Amino acid sequence: MEKVYQRPRYLTRANFHYCPGCGHSIVHRIVCELMDEMNIHDRAIGVPPPGCSVFAYNYIETDFVESAHGRGAAVATGIKRAAPDTVVFTYQGDGDISAIGTGETIHAANRGERITGIFINNAVYGMTGGQMAPTTLLSQKTTTSPFGRDKNFEGYPIKLSEMLALTDGAVYIERTAVNSPKNIIKTKKALQKAFQVQLDNLGYSLVEILSPCPTNWKMGVLDSWKWVDEEMTKVFPLGVIKDTTGK
Amino acid sequence: MVAKVLMYGNTAIGEAAIRAGCQCYFGYPITPQNELTEYMAANLGRRPGCAFVQAESEIAAINMVHGASVAGVRTMTSSSSPGISLKQEGISYLAACELPAVIVNISRGGPGLGSIIAAQSDYFQATRGGGHGDYRTIVLAPASVQEFADLTMRAFDLADTYRMPVLILGDGMLGQMMEPVEFDREAPAVPPVRADALRGASGRPRKIVKSFTSNPADLEEINWSLYRRYQVIKEKEPAADTFLTDDAELLVVAFGASARIAKGAIKEVRAGGMKVGLFRPVTLWPFPDKALRAAAERVKGILVFEMNMGQMIEDVRLSLNGDRRIDFYGRPGGIIPAPSEVARVIARHYHQQGLK
Ligand SMILES: Cc1ncc(C[n+]2csc(CCOP(=O)(O)OP(=O)(O)O)c2C)c(N)n1
Ligand code: SF4
Repeated sequence: MEKVYQRPRYLTRANFHYCPGCGHSIVHRIVCELMDEMNIHDRAIGVPPPGCSVFAYNYIETDFVESAHGRGAAVATGIKRAAPDTVVFTYQGDGDISAIGTGETIHAANRGERITGIFINNAVYGMTGGQMAPTTLLSQKTTTSPFGRDKNFEGYPIKLSEMLALTDGAVYIERTAVNSPKNIIKTKKALQKAFQVQLDNLGYSLVEILSPCPTNWKMGVLDSWKWVDEEMTKVFPLGVIKDTTGK
Repeated sequence: MVAKVLMYGNTAIGEAAIRAGCQCYFGYPITPQNELTEYMAANLGRRPGCAFVQAESEIAAINMVHGASVAGVRTMTSSSSPGISLKQEGISYLAACELPAVIVNISRGGPGLGSIIAAQSDYFQATRGGGHGDYRTIVLAPASVQEFADLTMRAFDLADTYRMPVLILGDGMLGQMMEPVEFDREAPAVPPVRADALRGASGRPRKIVKSFTSNPADLEEINWSLYRRYQVIKEKEPAADTFLTDDAELLVVAFGASARIAKGAIKEVRAGGMKVGLFRPVTLWPFPDKALRAAAERVKGILVFEMNMGQMIEDVRLSLNGDRRIDFYGRPGGIIPAPSEVARVIARHYHQQGLK
């Protein structure tokens, strides 16, 4: 009988520390599959920062260098400039990439760095206990927006991918989600294309992935998946935001 | 034969770095070190296999250094006081990840925006780690353009030997001063790559470079292992320079630009018959405590001179174990005193201590 589903070659045997229903583990799996399918494992270097995904190196069996909070794009820039033949990806949460690391990310994109950003948007700071993120939705309650995010006090959810798309160095930016099989398949396609942009030496690529955080959203897993469709995608619509590859 | 060329201190660092095999430079403009960043843009940026990036901030620059160092190449950043403050988090990460890098501080007056004129107020920041956590950086303090070149090369070698960040603490006066300098190394045609470089797991098991440690017992062991390395450095690497100390009755202790000014002052007072010598730490960490003890043994008075409110004086006191009177003369505002002024201070101390 043909085997149609198996453990990806570069997914380690370690048990995930992520909560049930968390999107991080799904994205990890996709990255591992692509390392194999695209044959890039041998020259891949991952850059995970502080955040729930700080232990990404425990699961994805590639070279890894941890960055300081927010500095993934700068560390990735340094690696890629020193060793242009490597395939470098950052793996960052929304707090990391769209708060403390906004500057590094926009400028790396604008320079057209040949790196690939994986941006997990779960609308909260997960690791530190569910505080408000720049991506937190209006009226969403978090531990530091206990009355619900109010535009008059906390401002609006930030759309980093749209901002990145405005830079001339960004070649490919897409927003996907991992809350349904259909969306997971689309996420994999998007990540594959993002890596291909790097392999083709075209410039900066990034995939923003809407990812449930049932724990900090204080929801059941199924409700959290629904919330992605019903609330998050209203503010963060899925689809290609920028693509200048012509493919 | 090696030709002597006239260079600024700042550009001498750049040329020395390239000759030392520095492959990647990342910087952000700040006075008084811009000549170095500009030199790297013109002379490193387009060399085959090399890279120059003007980063969007000092924070980005030091993290680019982190990435380039992980990839196994010799890499450098430079800045001046406020910019070095921003780099401190990154320097702490480099220390934790045991990554070599060279960081140049052409310091100015502080705190805050301060002034762009040379001062030595970053001594504590440079020698105490500066960033968070229990760590040290080797700190080299050149006092001439030639030394800017020599110690830059040394800094790269030390960084690789001990797998840690090495700081060069210069200042605006030395950085923007011109002197003849000669280089005894040629730039390597192909810059070397460290054997432990992270470039993908081709033909070897994958590697992880990280500092996060969830197990406190592991962290303790990591910190003890760093400590043991620091102890070796304290034993092997202290360096100091002396000037007319053999018959000295009064010892002036000064580093960098202050040492240079003190040297002029000492020549002046020597002409008047006063027996004064100079002790100049070349490594600020590790502080050359044994050499200082030896030099201080025979003298009757010690005068520390710094362009700050008194920072290195604490290391002088620690080295001499508090059993000596130590006087201080400081100029903390970026005013660079002339040798004649320092000569007057030296002469006053000389006479006040009853020396003849
Ligand atoms: C300089 C610095 N500030 C703050 C922190 C604490 N910190 C660790 S993870 C994190 C937020 C992570 O949130 P996010 O990037 O959204 O990732 P998630 O945990 O949700 O996956 C913060 C603030 C830190 N490690 N370093
Ligand atoms: S807290 Fe949220 S982001 Fe973190 S592991 Fe749990 S579900 Fe995932």
